Amino acid sequence: MAVAETGTHRTHAGARRPNRLFRNLNAKIATLPMIFIAVVVFLGGTLWTVFYSFTKSGLLPSTKFVGLDQYERLWTSRKWLVSIENLGIFGVCSMIGTLVIGFTLAALLDRKIRGEGVFRTIFLYPFALSFIVTGLVWQWILNPALGLQNVVREMGWTSFTFDPLNNPDIVIFGLLIAGLWQGTGLIMCIMLAGLRGIDEDIWKAARVDGIGTVKTYIRIIIPMMRPVFVTSLVLIGAGIVKLYDLVVAQTSGGPGISSEVPAKYVMTSMFGGQNLGQGFAASTMMMLMVVIILIPWAYLEFGGKKRG
Amino acid sequence: MVDISSTPAAMTGPRGARPKKAFSRSNIIVYGTLFVVAVYYALPLYVMIVTSLKGMPEIRMGNIFAPPMEVTFQPWVKAWQEACTGINCDGLSRGFWNSVRILIPSVLISVSIASVTGYALTMWRFKGSEVFFTILMIGAFIPYQVMLYPIVIMLREAGLYGSLGGLVLVHLAFGMPINTLLFRNYFASIPEELFKAARVDGAGFWAIFVKIIMPMSLPIFVVSVIIQVTGIWNDFLFGVIFTSPDLYPMTVQLNNIVNSVQGVKEYNVNMAATLLTGLVPLIVYFASGKLFVRGIAAGAVKG
Repeated sequence: MAVAETGTHRTHAGARRPNRLFRNLNAKIATLPMIFIAVVVFLGGTLWTVFYSFTKSGLLPSTKFVGLDQYERLWTSRKWLVSIENLGIFGVCSMIGTLVIGFTLAALLDRKIRGEGVFRTIFLYPFALSFIVTGLVWQWILNPALGLQNVVREMGWTSFTFDPLNNPDIVIFGLLIAGLWQGTGLIMCIMLAGLRGIDEDIWKAARVDGIGTVKTYIRIIIPMMRPVFVTSLVLIGAGIVKLYDLVVAQTSGGPGISSEVPAKYVMTSMFGGQNLGQGFAASTMMMLMVVIILIPWAYLEFGGKKRG
Repeated sequence: MVDISSTPAAMTGPRGARPKKAFSRSNIIVYGTLFVVAVYYALPLYVMIVTSLKGMPEIRMGNIFAPPMEVTFQPWVKAWQEACTGINCDGLSRGFWNSVRILIPSVLISVSIASVTGYALTMWRFKGSEVFFTILMIGAFIPYQVMLYPIVIMLREAGLYGSLGGLVLVHLAFGMPINTLLFRNYFASIPEELFKAARVDGAGFWAIFVKIIMPMSLPIFVVSVIIQVTGIWNDFLFGVIFTSPDLYPMTVQLNNIVNSVQGVKEYNVNMAATLLTGLVPLIVYFASGKLFVRGIAAGAVKG
């Protein structure tokens, strides 16, 4: 999501006015909503939450400082630890899965095939659907009495068992199946745009040198598409941390607490458990995770440009 | 099916190797894989449509992949008019109309404000404008959860907490980054001479925007509307927090209907309700085709 730089030579507007504050007044008035949202809602809201995560807030926000108590409680809470573990497994699997499937589909669609539009339409439509719809559909398909398991058993394979949503050990993979179904279309589209941006001469050169198709992809095309992969990773990463609706619709965090995720922990403590301090601390930790994902990206994206 | 090929500027046409004979081995692998994956992607939609047209006895007996023996539209009618959330049994129609009442003002206001902001940021830059824009874009990456409670307090102070108006404001705020970026990047590609010529002719801030910029930017307005319509319609988190049960948007009501624990699960009604909720974004998707792809690629592929 790099931001294109425009020239600064457009700042001359309204130069006749003497007072600096009133110069370019219309533009300043027009951007007031943005300034309010950026400064008060985003920046102010974030600082407010971080500040109150060090307090003893319970039912209502309080300013009684307790230092890192909320964080200590957070990291000793089993529910939070399960949430973090789930997010880790889901995150890694979904990053790898989305990138591999997304790139493979894009590469297949790029092979000058017939019906590309039809395939692309089918692969992308889940992305238009909400996580609630996604979660509910897969809840039914993975329902042992109704969905896949039942159908396979009726076909004669009576010992077939595939019931991830009721098995605490693999419930996260049930979520993963649904998450991949919903999200890979987007990455496929981005990858396809990247593939289309690659010069055809590269392919010709590879063919002249007798390099096979798969090898060309792995050795030449993928390294060339590094920026596209980085963008995809950031998009996937930012989405994973927010994972919430899907869990609510598909498993409600169950069985037990085995499919809890951090965003759900925040919501429960803030709006269900009258435990604001925990919610603030947990959401601050979520923000930290995003920062940890973003800093290497920002370094690669912007630091690299300066060097180049 | 709509054709969604040839989307952003970069996509000029397939660039892979030259196709070989129609039934070569590699062709079979390519089409075979695509076909299998397409089945996986299409299956859930198929299951929902098929099941929503069956009666309950047939669902209990048969398998969910079989087409209905007797087509009935009763589940759809029931989902729309009588499905229950708690003690309220007036169907999903209430959620639908709530969503419509949230959607229309949210989309109109946020697209107008974002477009004017993008315009000011490209053509009327002032000292500090980039700083605010950077804060806005960083804010887009921060999880919503961090800002939720302060927003609750702000809305409560303004007397808007729990009302549709409050939710509209929240959608407005969180839709700002992506839409402003979209408009800003698009306007940056408009030739500067055009702007200068209009300035020389004495046109001001609003005149240039309405008479020159807007007419030549219709596609990007459509893209922005698409992003907002699907995003706001599919929202669950904000709907659950910032409205009250009577005003829940469709996604929240759907989840409450389907995941309620009381009573026998009527899968056909539930799936009809789910399809009804997915219908608006699906229609937007199938009708807008390449513009939808452009919208999701816009924030991503730039730079």
